[in-house]
Amino acid sequence: MADVLIEARGLRKVHAPRGAAAPTEAVAGIDFRVTAGEAFGFLGPNGAGKSTTMRMVAAVSPPSSGRLEILGMDPATHGPQIRARLGSVPQDDTLDTELTVRENLLVYGRYFGLPRAVIRERAARLLEFARLADKADEQVEALSGGMRRRLTIARSLVNDPEILLLDEPTTGLDPQARHLLWERLFRLKQQGVTLLLTTHYMDEAEQLCDRIVVMDHGRIVAEGSPRGLIEAHCTREVLELRFPPDRQQQAAEKIADTAKGVDARVEVLPDRLLVYADDGEDALTAVHRTGVEPLTALVRRAGLEDVFLTLTGRTLVD
Amino acid sequence: MPQMTTSATTALTATDVLTARLPALREFGYWMRRYRRIWRGTVVISVANPLLFLAALGAGLGKLVDANHSGHLAGTPYLDFLAPGLLAASAMQNGFVEGAFPVFQSSRSRGNYPAAAATSMRPGDILAGHLLFVAFRVLLSGLLFLAVVVAFGVVRPARALLAAGPVLLTGMAFAAPLMAWAVRVDRQSRLNGLYRFVVMPLYMLSGTFFPVGQLPHWLRAVAACTPLYQGVALTRSAALGGGDAGAAAVHACYLLALTAAGVWAASRSYTRRLNS
Repeated sequence: MADVLIEARGLRKVHAPRGAAAPTEAVAGIDFRVTAGEAFGFLGPNGAGKSTTMRMVAAVSPPSSGRLEILGMDPATHGPQIRARLGSVPQDDTLDTELTVRENLLVYGRYFGLPRAVIRERAARLLEFARLADKADEQVEALSGGMRRRLTIARSLVNDPEILLLDEPTTGLDPQARHLLWERLFRLKQQGVTLLLTTHYMDEAEQLCDRIVVMDHGRIVAEGSPRGLIEAHCTREVLELRFPPDRQQQAAEKIADTAKGVDARVEVLPDRLLVYADDGEDALTAVHRTGVEPLTALVRRAGLEDVFLTLTGRTLVD
Repeated sequence: MPQMTTSATTALTATDVLTARLPALREFGYWMRRYRRIWRGTVVISVANPLLFLAALGAGLGKLVDANHSGHLAGTPYLDFLAPGLLAASAMQNGFVEGAFPVFQSSRSRGNYPAAAATSMRPGDILAGHLLFVAFRVLLSGLLFLAVVVAFGVVRPARALLAAGPVLLTGMAFAAPLMAWAVRVDRQSRLNGLYRFVVMPLYMLSGTFFPVGQLPHWLRAVAACTPLYQGVALTRSAALGGGDAGAAAVHACYLLALTAAGVWAASRSYTRRLNS
């Protein structure tokens, strides 16, 4: 069995806002463990408690209750020792935009107490890795969002971390920048770096993660591999039907009746109907037989978005 | 086998050793790296400001004051009276500028503090390093101011050095409590408000431009309790000499206590802000 690097039991975080507002439970008692070399993802909508969990694992936010062990240490007593062995990519880039790309790496490496010669050597290597070597002496101000994200990741690697924490690594990036980032992260994973990431994009979770926990309202509602989760909570295929807005409700009722007969389930979204069936084409034939005429019909494989919808009745991104 | 050691371990510099032992120096190094880009501008301001003020108010307006043989100054030329007062007030201002806005900016979610807090740094290391940099800035500006004062012939260079201590103390007595507050403030407008409604009135009423003895009776007691009054009195007695040693000790203790309270409060609020 592989080494357990992170173990959480009954992990809770309650935010007590200043003033008279009631305290909110951002993380409501969760259990998980992450083993060496795996890529572990927290999937869930905004406000599910993913970032709060991440901050606790990053040893910058003490848990309100429960047990948390990172690299065999307690963050309450060994924060600096734990952080020395972690790489952290926060949701908001914390780069110094007035300094150059290289200077950002130098400053950050210093925070770990590394000698300048070591940082310089690593910075050169990391800038190659992040494809920023030609930007080394430019001010961060001049960098695009994707470049800044890559620099933040390069910076988080300057202390040669055993675990890399990524909070929403590609949110706000264009598709090309996201794919480049995924490719770099995949490379790190192959080098044996343990990845822990949060995302509300299921394609990201499917691409990068070996194992996923689905979070909602501060709790873990499901856990497994991306494929395993889909198999456990969804049918193999999904039929997506679109109707003119005024006719959707009526069509939904008709289809729901038919669906009972063919062992399928219908989910009504504001803009479309989803019919969960092991054979999408069969389901479509059944729909046509009822006399309902959709504007468009699409059969696709079920994904993590469908898992989330099944588990919570809500979509991930709205 | 000495060949086994990497070049990196053999080439450890003194800075490497010091920063490895004292994490606060890493944060200090960060601020110095930023400062390296703008130091020329700050030096020009630190010299030009006192030059203009002392020329206009001290030498210009001072001539009128001295011609009237004001009894309130007890025979001290107005320029000599004004210079240490302005010096202490500028230390307050530098303490405010360095302790308020950069701390506020750094504590934002995209700022330097969260970045540093994600590393092996403790919140206390971050605070200590930044405090050290603020002290450096207050002292550097103060020394440049003193150089101008010496050039005006108000004090001799040896006396000027003696005044550097009170200048540093005055600046830090403002900066430390401010940092404790600025790290947890939610809007920058609050900092501006404090500047307008607290710092500026202090500037005017703490014995900088005229002796507090000229204030109405009730206001005199209030003025004497303010930190800038204490800083001005201490700086003035150090620069001009001839003050009461006991009074100077009281001023110094007041400022030291305020600095210490500020550092204590800041170490709590930094930890709250960066590790909560």
